[in-house]
Parts: sequence; structure tokens; C-alpha cells
Amino acid sequence: MARTPAVHGWDTDFDVLDAGYIADPFRIWDELRKACPVAHSDRRGSTWLPTRYEDVVDLAHDVEHFSSLEVAVIPFDGEEPEDPVLLYGLPPISSDPPLHTSTRRLLLPWFSHRRVKGYEALTRELCATLIDGFKANGRADAAVDYAQQIPARVIAHILGVPPTLAGTFTGWVRDVLEFADDPERRAHGIEGLLTFFTEEVAHRRTEPGDDLLSELLHAEVDGAPVEESVVLGMAALVLIAGVDTTWSAIGSSLWHLATHSDDRARLVAEPSLMPTAIEELLRAYSPVTMARVVTGDVEFEGCPMKAGDRVLMNFPAANRDPEAFADPDQVVLDRALNRHVAFGSGIHRCAGSNLARMELRIALEEWLARIPEFYLSDDAEVTWAGGQVRGPRILPVVFP
Amino acid sequence: MDPEKCEGHARCYGLVPELFNVDDYGLSTVVGDGTVPVGLEAKARLAIANCPEYAIEEIAG
Ligand code: HEM
Ligand code: SF4
Repeated sequence: MARTPAVHGWDTDFDVLDAGYIADPFRIWDELRKACPVAHSDRRGSTWLPTRYEDVVDLAHDVEHFSSLEVAVIPFDGEEPEDPVLLYGLPPISSDPPLHTSTRRLLLPWFSHRRVKGYEALTRELCATLIDGFKANGRADAAVDYAQQIPARVIAHILGVPPTLAGTFTGWVRDVLEFADDPERRAHGIEGLLTFFTEEVAHRRTEPGDDLLSELLHAEVDGAPVEESVVLGMAALVLIAGVDTTWSAIGSSLWHLATHSDDRARLVAEPSLMPTAIEELLRAYSPVTMARVVTGDVEFEGCPMKAGDRVLMNFPAANRDPEAFADPDQVVLDRALNRHVAFGSGIHRCAGSNLARMELRIALEEWLARIPEFYLSDDAEVTWAGGQVRGPRILPVVFP
Repeated sequence: MDPEKCEGHARCYGLVPELFNVDDYGLSTVVGDGTVPVGLEAKARLAIANCPEYAIEEIAG
């Protein structure tokens, strides 16, 4: 699927939607780190691509020069609606303090360690049921039949909407993130999400339930209720941020275990490795790249950045930097020194990380307990999505 | 533990729940006065080596 013209030099003309980059960005980052650690491209507007750990972390912490008002890796180039519903985008992710601070505080308790424990049994049961559905076939698409099915259902539960909507949710989120370079699909996804949440909000104003949406509607910040536009943005964000990301992390981890029998066997034999193994898989296959917009002309690592330029928060490349991790391309299930930034760094670090980790852990535990031995059925059939979120979209595996 | 640096990744609590408390906003504090019980030294160092914000420090004592 060649969606983009060939790249002429990764240092001056990179394209994160290039098919080669999506399939194997690792070699490209290695080259760039040596030759041009902050690359530039004029495709889709002037954009910078850092590849070193230290630079990515510094950028994430400098919220004054690098604003989160635009976090999409692929800028929207369709027509903006004349009468936007989301006056503030998707807070907290697409906002700077102070709106960031208040909206983040409203969300965090829903994804605290304590709450997430409460979603564990449901997740475990869901994973078990999914596997029971295909185990006897001796084959499955680990991305479509499994990984993709998990996060949307867990989030539906938290939002207080029927799990049968999971497929619809996944479709909207893919429109927004995965097909962001197609203005029509992107607009379709946004409209689907907004129409849905506008109706759900109206419903909960009269009949509040015990769920995130109801609570946001009745929450107060500094004595005033939260604006509906902010509530809609937050609800849409939880869905957009929590579905493709986690699904990709589960899929990439299963891809790794299907292609690395030694690690698979070790994890089956030593389940106590799971906590460090999860962090290591998140490091090596970090799914999420974000963006920032430069607030005023500034020089960064010798690069003349202009107001309005985009900077990609290349967390996945930071996590493969040999300056920060010994043998970065090696997956070491008990890696001890692992300050990975798969969930970001600084004030925007992922608000859903406890939930994401729990889903990844349960998904792997349940899979390995039932299918301890599995392999790719055909390497050539595997497809990857990339851009903002990288992960396998088709992943056929076989098991005895 | 430096509360100014901690951004609530809860990596420390996730790996070594014996040594850290975590609140509903993800922010962590050390259990008790922070003295690491005998036998948990390696785990304490694992937490330090996994905090992306460099918020945890070892103080010899
Ligand atoms: C493995 C799965 C996930 C990964 C790798 C991931 C990654 C990230 C990253 C890198 C950021 C930082 C954004 C930035 O710096 O601009 C972020 C923010 C965020 N994530 Fe996640 N995420 C995952 C799952 C989830 C889940 C399950 C949820 C919740 C349902 C979630 C909710 C959020 C929210 C609300 C933010 C915005 C926080 C803020 O701006 O203060 N994420 N995520
Ligand atoms: S790992 Fe570091 S930043 Fe995260 S909660 Fe612990 S001390 Fe805070």
C-alpha cells in the first residue's frame, strides 16, 4: 500500500507514513541518531523528528516552547468545521496548563491502581472467552481476533456504554488515528464519536449512572461545572487514547513471542518475570508517537525551529537509543535498567498507563496459559499500521 | 523520593509494591520513613532504575 511518494534522504525528507518506515523504523532511527539526530521534513508542513532519548525527554519537559495544542502526528488538512463542537480539542492531551491540569485531575482517579484492579476480573474473563472461541481451530489472527477485541470492551465498561459497541468504537478510532492522512475518514471518525457522546451526555444529564461520563458531567472545577465541550473532548480522548494504543501493544508483544521462541518459553517457565517483561516489551515496541507545536522561534540542538513547526515526540526511537539502553534492539525480559518513555514523560505522561499495563499483562497471561506454544503462520501476511500508533493489524498465528 | 519530579508513572509501585504507596493521582511516596528493609535492597534499586523522571534516590545509611 504505497500511500506516499518515495523518501529522498531521511534527514531532510522523512515520512512517518512511508511503508518501509512503518515496517522497520529501527534501522532508520539508528542512521539518523548518528548522522542527524533531529531530522526535518517539509511533507505535511515543516516538521522535526528527534531520535535521541535525551532530546525527546527534554522536549517533553519544555511545555513553554513546545505546546500540546496540536498533538496529531499527521496534521488535519481537510476543512475545519465552521461551528466546532470541541472548542478545546481533546483535553488534557491537546491542552497546556491550566486546562491541562484540571482535566487531568478529573481523569486520573478513574485509572488509578485501585480502580484498575477492579477492572481486572472482567478483562481476564474477556480474554479467556476470546481464546476459547478460536483455540480449537489451531490458528487465529492474534491482532483481529484477540488484541483488537480487548481494550474497546474494557473502556466501554468504564464509560458505561454497551460492550456491543466495541467494534464501532474501534472503527472510529482507526479513522482518526490510522487513516489520519485521509481527511474524509478522519472527519467520519470524529463525527461518529461526537454524535455518539453528545447523545450519551444528554441521556446522563437526566439519568446519571455510576460511570466516567456521568461523573464528568457532575464534576466541578473551582466551584463551576465543567463545560460540555470539555466533557465531550475528554470522553472522546479516553476512547481515542485507550484503544489503538493498547491493542497495538498487545499485538506487538504477541508478534515478538511468536517470532522469539526462547523468550516465549522463558515467560511460560518463569511467570514471575511478567512485570519486567511487560516494561521491556513496551520499551522495545513502543506504539505511540505524539506531536508538539513550536510556540515561538527557538533553536533546539542546533536546529532553527520556527513558530508553528511541528515536533514529533518520538518516544519509540528514544526507547531504542543505545545511549540510554544497553543493547537496545535486544529484548531482555528481566532488563533492570529501564527508564523507558513509552507512556511519555513529564506532565502529559499517559493517564491510562495503569490500565494499559493491566490489559497487556492479563492478555499475555491468559494467552500463554492456554496457548503456550505458537508461531507466525506466514511472515508475509503480517501487516503493520504506523504514524501516530504502531502495531500489527493482521497477525495470523498457528498453534499445535 | 522527590515529589517535585514524580509525575505519577507508578513504575516504582508496579514493580515493588512493598516499598511504595501510590495515591489516586498516581503520585508515589515511600512506605514508612523510606528505610529499605533487609532483603529488599535489589528491588529498591530496580525501582530507582525504572523511574523515568529520576525521582527516586538511594541515600546510604
Ligand atoms: C500501551 C498503551 C498506551 C500507550 C503506549 C500510551 C501512550 C501515551 C503517551 C506516550 C502519552 C503522552 C502524550 C503526550 O506526551 O502528548 C499518553 C497520554 C495519555 N494517555 Fe495513553 N497510552 C496507552 C494507553 C492508554 C489508555 C488505556 C488510556 C485510557 C483509557 C490512555 C489515556 C491517556 C490520556 C488521557 C493521556 C493524556 C494525558 C495528558 O495529556 O495529561 N492511554 N499515552
Ligand atoms: S516511577 Fe518515578 S515518577 Fe513514577 S510514580 Fe514512581 S517515583 Fe513517581
